[in-house]
Order: sequence, then C-alpha cells, then structure tokens
Amino acid sequence: MNWDAFFTGTTDGWTLLTTVGMACVTVIARSFFFISEKDWALPPWAQRGLQYAPIAALAAVVAPELVMSQGALIHNVQDARLYAAAAGIAYFFWRKGTGQAVLGTIVSGMLVYLPLHIGLGW
Amino acid sequence: MFFQARNYRHPAFKRGFLDMLSVAPGIAAWGLMTGVAMVKSGMSTAEALLMALIVFAGSSQLAAIPLLLAGAPMWVVLATAFCVNLRFVVFSAHMRPYMMHLPLWQRLVNGYLTGDLTYVLFVKHFPSPASTPAQQAEQMAYLAGNGGINWLSWTSFSVLGVVLANFIPATWGLGFAGILALVGMLCSLASNRMRWISAGAAAVVGVAAYGLPLKLNILLAIAVAVALCLKLEPPALVTPLSGPAKKETP
Repeated sequence: MNWDAFFTGTTDGWTLLTTVGMACVTVIARSFFFISEKDWALPPWAQRGLQYAPIAALAAVVAPELVMSQGALIHNVQDARLYAAAAGIAYFFWRKGTGQAVLGTIVSGMLVYLPLHIGLGW
Repeated sequence: MFFQARNYRHPAFKRGFLDMLSVAPGIAAWGLMTGVAMVKSGMSTAEALLMALIVFAGSSQLAAIPLLLAGAPMWVVLATAFCVNLRFVVFSAHMRPYMMHLPLWQRLVNGYLTGDLTYVLFVKHFPSPASTPAQQAEQMAYLAGNGGINWLSWTSFSVLGVVLANFIPATWGLGFAGILALVGMLCSLASNRMRWISAGAAAVVGVAAYGLPLKLNILLAIAVAVALCLKLEPPALVTPLSGPAKKETP
C-alpha cells in the first residue's frame, strides 16, 4: 500500500489537538450532570434556555451554508442547495420524523442536489 | 462498557445490542457520509481519521469542520461543539440517578458512549433507575450492548467514508450531505413552536452577522435565539429537562 497516496492533504497539528479537545467535549457534555458527586443543578432559567440552544446552534451553522456564497447572500435561485434542502425538509415532515427520517433527509436531499449540481451546474 | 465481562456476559447486553441493531444501518450510512464529508470539505486524511475515531458526535463534527478550515481559534471550535452537544447535557441530568453508583471513570466512559439513540432506547427500556444491585447490573449491561454497537457502527463506517472519499471526485459536491444531515437533525429537534422560533432567529443572526471574525456569528446567534425564546416563552412551556426524545445519530 502506498501510504503517501492514501494520506492526502496537509495535516495541521493544531487541528489534531482541537480534535482531541472535541473528543473531551463529547465526554464532558454527555456526562455533564453525573461527573460531580455533589448534588447540584443549573438555575431554572438556564435549564429552560438549554432546550433552545442545540437547534439554534444547528440553524446558525446551516443557514449560511444554504443561502450564502463567498460571504454574501446569493441572488440566484438556480442554486442546487436551496432545492436539495427543501426536498430534505419535505421528506422529513412527510415521514413525520419517524424511522430513519434523518437518513431519508440526507438521501432525498442528495437525490435532488446531485442531478442539479452535476447535471446542470447549479 | 462493552469491554467488561460482567456486562457482555449478562443477557441484557444482547437485548441492548439487538435494540440498537435495528437502527444501526441508518447510523452506519450517516457515519459513512460524515466520513466522506470530512475529507470532501478539505480536512487531510489523518485529521479526518482521528476525528472519525475519537469524537463520536456527528453534528458537532460537521459543525466544527467549517470552523476548523476557516482557521477559527480552538476555543471557538470547542465552544461551538459544546453548544451543538448541549442536548446531551440535558440527557445527562436525566441519566444521573442511573449512573451515580459507578466509579467516575466508568461514568465518563458510559457518558461518552451514550449518543442520542442509546439515551432514547435506554430510558424507554428502563423508565426508572435501579434500586437493587441486580437491576443495576442489568441496566449497565443493556447500556453497554446498546452503546457498544452504536459506537462500532458509527466509527467503522466513518473510517470507511474517510477511505472512500479519496475515490469520489470533489466536484460532485458530496460534502453537502453533511449539511443535509445537519438539516435533518435540526428538523428532529424542531418539536415545538418555540424551537422553530429559536431556529429562525439563529438562522437570521447567523447570516446577518456572518461578517464577524472567528465565526463568532454562531455563538452570537445562539445567545440571541436563547434570550429571545426565554423572553417569549409562554408559561405553559416552562417544563425544564423535558428534552427531545427524538431519534438522532449517533
């Protein structure tokens, strides 16, 4: 096996270190309330606020990836991303989020994205 | 933990394993696409392999990749990953009474292995924490079997995706599958009107503040969305820790 051909791209030590940090974040987030032996709790407003943060984080990451290009809002409706996202969302709510709805969102979105992107160059 | 004999020899281990096995194809496929997406979005093979092997959190991986590639500082990447993972903080509050009989290192390993689906299936199977040592053993064996196959299918297919990504041309735009995965996660979290408001507010702020350095638009969007929701929240919705019991990966 030619390892130089396998290992493509430039590896950045800082990125590797950040990745290790992300693994620690996974452990800390998933163990958060059972790390300490002491009984303690977040203030009630923070507990309520918690439930809005995950979806906000996802929306803030996703929205620019769908409607921006090179740091500016797109002014072109011939963009495969818009139709693919719409198809994925439509699939999810058609299935009412049951079964493998997240997987179906990916697959149906890509089935719309790939022909538009590769075929029409959108 | 799946590597402890007292867990994998217990009959409940197999039950946990089988419960997760029925949804494992979805996890595997999403792991595969996450592996492809990591390489396609510009990470090196070594970086993507390390992330596929140790992070075990699909949405935080996909959210962190654009930040890593944009050269955002480590604390911004980790803070964003933590915010995407905040639902697990809610889950951990629920899981605390099930876990506290274990020593710290076992609690941490169990926490690491408790992804969305494992949490959902576990609390469905065991609505209340164990009160006897035999029940504790049964619950931990179930959790080990369930989380073990979840980790195995996610991680092995992520690695496969990293390997296969080298044979898939970048012009196909397969990296977009990662964004669609986040869209799917977002939909599965949108279980009530307030969460839609949170998503809408965060999307607007995320786009409007895109020019901020260090990808701080994301943290600003989270802060604005959470503050807005706490302000608008009708009293009837004030039910802390009733987290999303939705199917998500991993």
